Amino acid sequence: MSESTLRIVWIYPDLLSTYGDRGNMLILARRAAMRGIPVEAYEIRSDQPMPSSADIYLIGGGEDGPQALAAQRLITDGGLHRAVNQGAAVLAICAGYQLFGHSFFAKGAKCSGLGLLDLHSDRGETRAVGELRGDIDPRLGLPPLTGFENHGGRTHLGPGVSALARVTAGIGNDNQTEGAWHGKILGTYSHGPALARNPAIADLLLRWAIGADSLSPVDDTWADRLRGERLAAAST
Amino acid sequence: MPLRAKVATSVSKTAAALSRAAGRGDGSVIGGWIGLKIDPDLLAHLANGRAVALVSGTNGKTTTTRLAAAALEVMGQVATNSFGANMPTGHTSALARAGSTPFAVLEVDEHYLARVIDATNPRVVALLNLSRDQLDRAKEVAMMAQLWRDALAGHPDVRVVANADDPMVVWAAQGTTHVTWFSAGQRWHDDSFVCPQSGHPIERAGGDWWCAGCPLRRPAPQWRVEDEGVLDPRGDWHLVKLQLPGQVNLGNAATALAVAAEFGVRPIEALPRLATVASVAGRYAQVDRDGRNVRLLLAKNPASWLEAFDMAEQAPTLLSVNARDPDGLDTSWLYDVDFAPLRDRPVLITGDRAYDLAVRLEVNAVPFRHVMSFDEAIQAVPAGRLEVIANYTAFQDIRAELDRVL
Ligand SMILES: [Zn+2]
Repeated sequence: MSESTLRIVWIYPDLLSTYGDRGNMLILARRAAMRGIPVEAYEIRSDQPMPSSADIYLIGGGEDGPQALAAQRLITDGGLHRAVNQGAAVLAICAGYQLFGHSFFAKGAKCSGLGLLDLHSDRGETRAVGELRGDIDPRLGLPPLTGFENHGGRTHLGPGVSALARVTAGIGNDNQTEGAWHGKILGTYSHGPALARNPAIADLLLRWAIGADSLSPVDDTWADRLRGERLAAAST
Repeated sequence: MPLRAKVATSVSKTAAALSRAAGRGDGSVIGGWIGLKIDPDLLAHLANGRAVALVSGTNGKTTTTRLAAAALEVMGQVATNSFGANMPTGHTSALARAGSTPFAVLEVDEHYLARVIDATNPRVVALLNLSRDQLDRAKEVAMMAQLWRDALAGHPDVRVVANADDPMVVWAAQGTTHVTWFSAGQRWHDDSFVCPQSGHPIERAGGDWWCAGCPLRRPAPQWRVEDEGVLDPRGDWHLVKLQLPGQVNLGNAATALAVAAEFGVRPIEALPRLATVASVAGRYAQVDRDGRNVRLLLAKNPASWLEAFDMAEQAPTLLSVNARDPDGLDTSWLYDVDFAPLRDRPVLITGDRAYDLAVRLEVNAVPFRHVMSFDEAIQAVPAGRLEVIANYTAFQDIRAELDRVL
């Protein structure tokens, strides 16, 4: 691995990969390659040690059992904590987002999370399923969030994190806010291949990882059409 | 048959006929539903006296049911739910409509297998595969395997024909007394990384697989696909000539032969029957239009998209994706499918969710052209074969469009 290569790790696809989560890794790798940035992508299974030297970490959604198991293994392993302390960028989705907080509920039991985001999650009265839309924190300078959510959790933010977005359609964390960010960690309930509909978030992660203020533009004609369609669909 | 069941049967037939006359599909669901309202045991009464085979699994069950029914016709008349109405209402309606037959082959939705085993007391149950299907509604794969395992545990006399290549199926069938294993190859592994017995990783090499942490491993299959044919339990190889395309249907044929063998039908008798099946509920149907030969392939979930790519010829290909209720509202699964096999042919896209597909194909480096309608697709390709691969409601839309024209 040379220093000029962007290293992307997909955390535990054997446990947390329910809804096309692979898409986020493919999209990041492609958008980096289009800018001439060499990429190495690693899928780290739950029986392997978690490297701490990668630039971007991705963690996806999953069922309760695998979620609890993944949290335990990541706490025991410690590699992800070291990576975050060294400034790695993270995109955490659904179950993966919840386990970045202090605690979450899986199979009716309260489980310890990684404590890397100041938040905790519990169960909502209803399952949140459908189109999700929100206005992203203006400090991030990104266009509106669009996604599909499918989760039973509700997430409560502490003072140590900011909401990723203010909800304009769907549920997100609690009907008001959606997702969280702190440092270079982003969490969201926009599940599965969230970056397909939000290429600007993909570019934000790339900019964080390589320490660049901007990236050369790429042709996002189809992604823009998809965004337009889904943002409109969320209002109906 | 008790009087009450007889009344229910006749009402069920009438309702189905009325529903058909009113132009509401083939009437199998509504007919069966009314029949079951009158007599909840109607399915059991209708199945009584027939030798029944049930076929279940995430993919291939409609085709395998059709092939197994064709094979069993060697022995006599066969009742079957050939329109894919695969829940108890559909079974009730199919049996009522068929009148008395010595045999029945029924496709069963995997969620309903336990109920239908209880009701029909089958001689044979064929278990094809388990993979993710419409995730925002269905139960997870391991839970389904557990349901099957429990269902079979209560019926030790049932003969099971099961897929040796799918760890989930093997685990579900393992506890039963009479199992015949078949091997048809499995392209999709993403739902069986983890052992359902012990939670350890499943290791794979060549066609073999085994659990890294417990004794669960691939059993030796008695029926195997080999080259363009099927190897039977005696070691005799039979050339299989089908009108249905692809390696997947060769596997479905092997399964059908194994099912038929449980009723005493020999492969040599069954094979000419299998060769007569040209399309299954519109799938694989070929339609000529404006000099184009259009072939329809249904792909409902990631595993069946991979199978469709295998079946399709290297010809212009139209992909159509919707996300209406029957399809599941979520298109995330597009990223569970590798579309790379399509890089060597012209690709057109359409459907309600064509933009999702467009972004996916870009990420996959598959060039494509977006068309607004099926008709535009026809005009966009040269004379010759056009392969159409569509998910559930997109498939129905295209079938309806072809029917209108013809
Ligand atoms: Zn095991």
